[in-house]
Amino acid sequence: MREHPLFQLTLLRFREFVREPEALFWAFAFPILLSAGLGVAFRNQPADTVHVAAVTASIAASLRQDKLLVVDELSAEAARAALRTGKVTLVAEPGSNGSVLYRYDDTNPEGRTARMLADRAMQVAAGRKDPTPVSDDVAREPGSRYIDFLVPGMVGMGIMSNAIWGLGFSIVDARRRKLMKRIVATPMPRHYYLLSFLLWRMLLLPFEVGVPVGFGVLVFGVPMRGSFLELIGLCIFGSLAFSSLGLLIASRARTIEAASGIMNIVMLPMWIVSGVFFSADRFPAMVQPFIKVLPLTAVNDALRANMLQGSGFSQLIPQLAALAGCMVISFSLALKLFRWR
Amino acid sequence: MASAPPALLVKDLKKSFKDVVAVNGIDLEVRPAECFGLLGPNGAGKTTTIEICEGLTEKDSGVVEVLGLRWDTHGHDLRQRLGIQLQETQLSDKISVLETIQLFRSFFRQGPQPDDVIGLVELQEKRDARVGTLSGGQKQRLALACALVGNPDLLFLDEPTTGLDPQARRQLWDLITQFKKDGRTILLTTHYMDEAQQLCERVAIMDHGKIIARGTPRELIASIGVEHVVEFSTGDSAVAANLAAFASLDGVSGARADNGGVQLQVTELHLAVPAVLAELSRQGLPLTELRTHSATLEDVFVALTGRHLRDA
Repeated sequence: MREHPLFQLTLLRFREFVREPEALFWAFAFPILLSAGLGVAFRNQPADTVHVAAVTASIAASLRQDKLLVVDELSAEAARAALRTGKVTLVAEPGSNGSVLYRYDDTNPEGRTARMLADRAMQVAAGRKDPTPVSDDVAREPGSRYIDFLVPGMVGMGIMSNAIWGLGFSIVDARRRKLMKRIVATPMPRHYYLLSFLLWRMLLLPFEVGVPVGFGVLVFGVPMRGSFLELIGLCIFGSLAFSSLGLLIASRARTIEAASGIMNIVMLPMWIVSGVFFSADRFPAMVQPFIKVLPLTAVNDALRANMLQGSGFSQLIPQLAALAGCMVISFSLALKLFRWR
Repeated sequence: MASAPPALLVKDLKKSFKDVVAVNGIDLEVRPAECFGLLGPNGAGKTTTIEICEGLTEKDSGVVEVLGLRWDTHGHDLRQRLGIQLQETQLSDKISVLETIQLFRSFFRQGPQPDDVIGLVELQEKRDARVGTLSGGQKQRLALACALVGNPDLLFLDEPTTGLDPQARRQLWDLITQFKKDGRTILLTTHYMDEAQQLCERVAIMDHGKIIARGTPRELIASIGVEHVVEFSTGDSAVAANLAAFASLDGVSGARADNGGVQLQVTELHLAVPAVLAELSRQGLPLTELRTHSATLEDVFVALTGRHLRDA
């Protein structure tokens, strides 16, 4: 097996990669940085508080009874200035005949929230008793939060970017240095050369996928409701599809500049429409069929269905078909078009 | 010997790139167990010719038979039997000498053990060194080793010593000489006439896509009818030298201006040198430099084209 050309070629890919300190650093650093970024953005925060201004000390004391209100005691003039500049969302001041006047913008949802909270605080302070006792049980259900949507999208995007950048650069570099031409002058079957890139990417997959998924599950409690084996299968499938696409992208380019241009042209639309950061459903129904066949849409949809809904392969046939199609078409085209020198 | 089928047969080979004619109808025949040299200046079409023979470049027309086989029908079998060294191969810097050989060895059905090939090109001490740390000569020997891993019947070497220092060139010549003793057939291209003279049984001189002379180095040198070359210069007054006066001296068959000096084609050195000295003093010209050497392939190229190999 050690003497098999495919083994030796994959070993070459792997050695070239792990012996390049910069490449190794970024391959490890990127998923960690990404996860750390998510950690900062989605850290556990207390419930939102509302800033309001009170014009008299007694109103301020009444409002402070509510823990969700942050109350500044200001002069009437300063309070209105604060409202205009958005520093507070509501001003409470004495009205005529001992009433209380609320100043706020009723087109701003936060203003209406402030109005309800402030009024409740004022009425309770004045002695109102609620006829029905109530209590709250705050539910933040895992699986329906934005972070749950985001983690599978990040995994899908990571598989795509790593496969396409990694392959594009290695191939163009081998071509530029004539290493490829030299290897082609041997009896090596040419599809082995291309296959070795696919295998190499798969060796890196446990890390590329493991870090963001592990981080999402352990830190944010992102659910993994589907079969773990099928999740691995989906990632392998996605990696094969994107690596084949990467081979096709790099099949003709002679310079790094030309290759990165094509890579960006191919990847940019998918970053936007394939549902990495927001749902692909936001795009018009007319273009949905085109979006659905994009490999990144297929990977993201399938990963989300597996992790969040626990769907099995049998429910993901369209996505798997899109990935298989991308893989077969890209690989055969790449083999045909590939510039070997 | 003459009845053995040729290792390489090329007939009326033509190849153009866009509007540039690189190879313009050449014939070649390389016999088994000989080292054949394709000699010519840069841009003469040597690399195009050898890459067509290696099956890396498509020909426009003509016949190419390698080991009696043709590329379009027996490409894969041929690859197993050829050893190829490309001009300026850049192997991967990140892997070691042994790993490189193992990689290339895996592409061939049969051949020597990687460590034996490393011994063959005398890189044992660098066995585990990264390719990126090798000197130019060591890299070139590694490239040679990659050509030998399949125990080839025919070895193609494209400019094997270009860019190497004299010592590294010598070392490579010794290796190639050893392969010849082992009975291997070699086609090599070079623009160093001394390399062709040293290594090749027969050479073909190429210029502008055509073969302008062929034969053994000795035959080619004899064909220009001079055995020696005398070069002299007269300092600043070189232009004053009367070429015709020198060309008609005893033992001299021709004269040409060359790099600010004069180059004489000489048949009898012992007559020509005293005559040149006498003629110089008769004309009152100071002698600043005087060199003689036996005629070489370089002189053959100069005689045929009026140009030097290096500046053609």
